[in-house]
Amino acid sequence: MPLIQMQHVSKWYGSFAVLTDCSTNIEQGEVVVVCGPSGSGKSTLIKTINGLEPFQAGSIMVDGISVGDPKTSLTLLRSQVGMVFQNFELFPHLSVTENLTLAQIKVMKKDPSTAIAQGLKYLDRVGLIEHKDKFPGQLSGGQQQRVAIARALCMQPKVMLFDEPTSALDPEMVGEVLDVMVQLAQDGMTMICVTHEMGFAKKVSDRVIFMDQGKIVEDCTKDEFFNDSGNRSPRAKEFLSKIIQQ
Amino acid sequence: MTFDLSILCKSTLEEEYSPICFGETFQPLLIGINDQTYLDWLLKAWGWTLSVSIIGLILALIIGISIGTLRTLPGKSLIGRSSLYFANCWVELFRNIPVLVQVFLWYHVIPLMLPFLKSVPSYLLVSFALAFFTSARIAEQVKAGIQSLPRGQHAAAMALGLSTYQSYRFVILPMALRIIIPPLTSEAMNIVKNSSVAFAVSVSELTMFAMQTQEETSRGIEMYLAVTVLYVITAFSVNRIMGIIERKTRIPGLLLSSPSGAH
Amino acid sequence: MELDFSFYNWDLFKNFLQKGLLFSLQLTLVATVGGIVLGTILALMRLSGQKLLSTPATWYVNLMRSIPLVMVILWFFLLMPSIIGKSIGAELSAYITFIAFEAAFFSEIVRAGIGSIAKGQTAAGQALGLSYSQNMQYIVLPQAFRNMIPVLMTQTIILFQDTSLVYAIGAYDLLKGFEVAGKNFGRPIEAYLLAAVVYFLICFSLSRVVRKIQSKVAIIR
Repeated sequence: MPLIQMQHVSKWYGSFAVLTDCSTNIEQGEVVVVCGPSGSGKSTLIKTINGLEPFQAGSIMVDGISVGDPKTSLTLLRSQVGMVFQNFELFPHLSVTENLTLAQIKVMKKDPSTAIAQGLKYLDRVGLIEHKDKFPGQLSGGQQQRVAIARALCMQPKVMLFDEPTSALDPEMVGEVLDVMVQLAQDGMTMICVTHEMGFAKKVSDRVIFMDQGKIVEDCTKDEFFNDSGNRSPRAKEFLSKIIQQ
Repeated sequence: MTFDLSILCKSTLEEEYSPICFGETFQPLLIGINDQTYLDWLLKAWGWTLSVSIIGLILALIIGISIGTLRTLPGKSLIGRSSLYFANCWVELFRNIPVLVQVFLWYHVIPLMLPFLKSVPSYLLVSFALAFFTSARIAEQVKAGIQSLPRGQHAAAMALGLSTYQSYRFVILPMALRIIIPPLTSEAMNIVKNSSVAFAVSVSELTMFAMQTQEETSRGIEMYLAVTVLYVITAFSVNRIMGIIERKTRIPGLLLSSPSGAH
Repeated sequence: MELDFSFYNWDLFKNFLQKGLLFSLQLTLVATVGGIVLGTILALMRLSGQKLLSTPATWYVNLMRSIPLVMVILWFFLLMPSIIGKSIGAELSAYITFIAFEAAFFSEIVRAGIGSIAKGQTAAGQALGLSYSQNMQYIVLPQAFRNMIPVLMTQTIILFQDTSLVYAIGAYDLLKGFEVAGKNFGRPIEAYLLAAVVYFLICFSLSRVVRKIQSKVAIIR
């Protein structure tokens, strides 16, 4: 059974439709890249999966938990779905270690020493163990984002959502973050990434979802999207031709 | 017109002057005179000003932070919407009535409406009045501070599975409160200044002292000067204390700027 | 506890409240205009960069912001007879004191407002050959004041509330009017409650007006 089942999800503000009839399934271990022009609803789509964006129609099941059901405990759901934000969103008043352990202690009810051990383990995985007592304001953008990834991993989620993780980074720091994400994919994490980094998509993704104006226009394998573009929809072809030029 | 500060050393009852200027303050040490000198009285009055201000400030902070937080919550459920409405009404009510009028209400009107308050001493009633008045302003500043944080902070906290209460307690409020330390400093100074309206309901704080002693002795200028100096010292100290608090809670690597403008 | 508001009618207003309301409004207006003028001068002194001007201005502003308004009112009321030999009435004393006091707060607002006008504007004016005062008069101050209008109006509302403090010198303002009316009819409680309601209605409506103006007046950059 797929880890995530999204069926006919729609979301609108007044008369403006943000998402229209979006359906897709994500299997465990898949790496899916979501791309498309600005305003196509990519960020909104992944935010519906962990309940940060409510939706008016359709259903989403994450490992058997129904996201739209009012009786679902969203905190329980969110502790199993990790999210990395475009602006990193580390908590500036807490040290790196405290950022990593806050949710472990308060949501997963771990005791502090276990939480710290876990936090440092993931901090080491992203290569930043020596910064454990620093504060976010003392780190570069790339370092902050890697800490943010470690923070999400500490919750041992079943799936990781990435919302344009490298868009706010200086070009020279993009690589260090993508390396972490590639490693994560190769270790078997289920990942959904909204990104413009097509190199990453080609290297590591299994599938590509292309969105335009709130609709899923393409939902195919990586090979079909990049190598068989002749069979793709006109909008997708147009998008591909523009980015291949880069 | 002469200027003679030694009036402060004079006893309030007799004609004697205390050699050390203090009277009953140091009575247990058996130096000085036995009666209260004006200096003793002045210091007592200062004590009342400080007590009223501190009690008022603590209450105002507790109420103000709660109300300010309430105003930033999403009003989705019925409880959420009515809390939001209540908080908005609170702020508008206590902001738009002058302090003096509120003090009169607490002193003359409310004890009659709520009989259990009849035995409360008048300085506490003034503290309540100051607290409620200032809480509305603090609520506004807390709201501004919370809203000046990047929206992603709340989203990130929620994405980790923290509940709304937890995200406010551990992520949002710690940052927001640091941001609004400058306007909170103004509010602390304002409470000290507003405590002066207690004269209207006969609380023996500094302003009442000034008014009474000006009539009693004919040395109004000296008395007013002494009181003014104490107000200035108090204001200065409040500033210093808040500066220390700001330094102690500073976050390494981060420069914070207050979202509000003047006043 | 029984409340009887029956004494509150038009006669009451004419006999007791009208005089007080008029004074409160006049005081607010005079203090606002005078305070803004004096406040602007103080702000310019502080921003002038010349110690001879900025230091006294800074001291003045900081002093006025450290002591209660009641003390300033009392000081003036007390000192004037000593200095000029005769006592000034409570009303005139109030006008002068309020202008002097509120000017300190207005000067802070004006200072922040001037500071919010980008340096580029001043530089552009200077590049065109305008002098400092021309720059201020034609370029900086007009823009700064437009930006400041909501904050200035909010300060005026606070000023209106502060006028109730003339109670200290027995001036006949709106609050005094209510108090006298209450004593006259033996209904002090209702009088205080009515005073609170009236002040609330006036200040609340004004703050709504400020909010409406806020969106219209901001200069789009």
